[in-house]
Amino acid sequence: MPSPRNSSDPLTPTGLPHLSRRSLLQGMLYGGAGLAAVPILSACGDGNGGTAAETGGEAGETGGAATGTVTLGSNASDEAPKNAGAAVYEQFTQDTGIEVTVNTVDHGTFQEQINTYLQGTPEDVFTWFAGYRMQFFAARGLSNPITDLWGDIGADYSQAMKDASTGEDGEQYFVPFLAYPWAVFYRKSLFEDNGYTIPTTYDDYVALAQGMQDDGLTPLAFADKDGWPAMGTFDYMNMRLNGYDFHIDLMAGKESWEDDRVKEVFNTWAELLPLHQEGALGRTWQEAAQSFHAKDAGMFVFGMFVGQQFPAEDLEDLDFFPFPEMNPDFGQGAVEAPIDGYMLSKEPKNRDAAIELLRFLATPEAQGIYLAADPTNIAAVNGADTSTYNELQLKAEELIGNAEAISQFLDRDTRPDFSTTVVVPSLQNFINNPGDVDNLLRQMEEQKQAIFVEDE
Amino acid sequence: MSSTVAPAPVAVSRRDRRQRRHSLLTRRDITVLILMVGIPTLIQVLLIWGPTIASVLLSFTRWEGIGGLSTITPVGLKNYQDVTTIYPPFWPALAHNLIWLGFFLFISTPAGIFLAVLLDKEIRFTRVYQSIFFAPVVLSVALIGFMWQLIYAPEQGLINNLLGRTEQGNLINWLGNPSINLWAVLVAASWRHIGYVMILYLAGLKAVDPALKEAAAVDGANERQMFLRVVFPVLKPINIVILVITVIESLRAFDIVYVVNKGTNGLELLSILITNNMVGEASRIGFGSALAVILLVISLGFIITYLFQAFRKEAAA
Repeated sequence: MPSPRNSSDPLTPTGLPHLSRRSLLQGMLYGGAGLAAVPILSACGDGNGGTAAETGGEAGETGGAATGTVTLGSNASDEAPKNAGAAVYEQFTQDTGIEVTVNTVDHGTFQEQINTYLQGTPEDVFTWFAGYRMQFFAARGLSNPITDLWGDIGADYSQAMKDASTGEDGEQYFVPFLAYPWAVFYRKSLFEDNGYTIPTTYDDYVALAQGMQDDGLTPLAFADKDGWPAMGTFDYMNMRLNGYDFHIDLMAGKESWEDDRVKEVFNTWAELLPLHQEGALGRTWQEAAQSFHAKDAGMFVFGMFVGQQFPAEDLEDLDFFPFPEMNPDFGQGAVEAPIDGYMLSKEPKNRDAAIELLRFLATPEAQGIYLAADPTNIAAVNGADTSTYNELQLKAEELIGNAEAISQFLDRDTRPDFSTTVVVPSLQNFINNPGDVDNLLRQMEEQKQAIFVEDE
Repeated sequence: MSSTVAPAPVAVSRRDRRQRRHSLLTRRDITVLILMVGIPTLIQVLLIWGPTIASVLLSFTRWEGIGGLSTITPVGLKNYQDVTTIYPPFWPALAHNLIWLGFFLFISTPAGIFLAVLLDKEIRFTRVYQSIFFAPVVLSVALIGFMWQLIYAPEQGLINNLLGRTEQGNLINWLGNPSINLWAVLVAASWRHIGYVMILYLAGLKAVDPALKEAAAVDGANERQMFLRVVFPVLKPINIVILVITVIESLRAFDIVYVVNKGTNGLELLSILITNNMVGEASRIGFGSALAVILLVISLGFIITYLFQAFRKEAAA
């Protein structure tokens, strides 16, 4: 039924006036406070006070100097990202005098509770992912658009980054912070020793894999015990065979899973499956990465964080090439590169300060501080300091920077419930029983129609 | 006029009743009673009946869990229809729950009882054996899941390395092959359950009057007859406890499977399907509730049977 979405009601038109009224009041309030604070700040120290006043001047364009405290909900619960983030926020406080109170929640828990979190009293700014997963919450009024801010920072980002930050209503909701590419990873020494060459077309890729099998290697490391790693291969095959637009429409529920084009993806993959490491459904990605590191397996279609399973001395030996071309119409232009970043919650208590924080997070400086501590990602913004990058990061930056389109990974490009309850078991079924594609896709389509009800 | 007469007798009778109540229960008694009955009732209603009824009601709706009550759309029986027709994991999950129950009922629990009977024989080092078999019970089920994953892992796991089947082509995919992973997990779950049943039964066996066994021995009963005809019937209360525990453990099976692979690929269970549908970024609250109601109905079947048994016995006694 083409009924208007119930859930998007909070977004318009009642939500926005309320918010702007609120932020206006806050702007006046903090504007006043800011005026009072500036002399004190400049009195207490040259450097800091000066910077705060300057930033206040810049912020004046958007109305009122931002001061006070901004709260931030973070999913960076691992040691390295947490410390890297802390360094970034510290720099922000130094530059602007705005305190950042960070509430860090375990990564997995944050994701599972995002729904209730955003409906409760979330922090002003929160960490999240780009793409459909961002649009989903934006469309339900759980996030505040930051289109004005994008007017200032837009020039620093590529068009693909901007698209990934844009909601269904054309407004921007997201500040991309860092990204990492998925690609076909390999070990340089293994390729050199065996005289393998980098394939650019799918036929070369299959021939290379067969060559590896003849040499006694497992051509492709493979794991799908946790249900998501195989999504990377599916995404790339679908984008290479049918193009980025079809892939995104399929993810958004606009195309049928029973379409012949989807069937072709699965049938092609089925032919390739014998060249994958067997027993994938009992193996974690870490185990697959270890057999890849041990040179039992020659290649691994995976994200750049595969490097986490490499000892530091072998990291230089890790390299990747873009997933090969399968259809000359689409080439190798689309890149799967999940983007992490920040969003503004629905009713931020200190909107001006939150905007300032987001503005800072969009700078090459902020992303550079973060990446110095976490080398498995690259900065999302253009012009970041790449002098600290290792070779792999440089290559990743080139890949993402030149991407014609960026997909976010299946579980970020579609409805989360569809991904967990339908795609995960379906891909696992496929890996178990690659012969029954028709039946599998019929079931997927039936369930998709039950889940994407409002989009019909 | 009757209206002026009527109030008098009412007032009298009310006073009478109050007086009579006073004679039986003081005001303090009543307060205590209200507190003692009221608080548990309130807790029951708030924490058990409320959510249960809410789940039943939600199972007839469609809701993403975002927004207020106005975003809940009634859909009638559609969730139940979808569950049974187009949701492929449902029937396997139901079957796996029943297999789980059957395996526990006919293999793990008897094995635990058997161990208890053996250890009751005052064999040497009985305490050591007891400790060994009981040790897994103190571990959380999730932890057991992690431990057994190390044992079952395809290339690095203990079993495949002992069997020498770690090569591509001959490895046994214990947790990844949907036709064997349920059994592999059941072995891991039983590892704990057997110890649990053993210790409970052992406690019961210790309480059996030795005179009974002596009498049976005098009457010429052999070991088997003595256990089946004398000891087992005497331990009926313990047997019922163990039966109930076995059923509960089977229906609430969740942790170990969730740890292994979040309950997909041959390890579907009803409890897992409920979680996968309801917990997470975008919840299918209505659909998940429908699954929960189905599990509730199955559980009620066992609970009602048990209660009938228990009350009938009380009435007979």
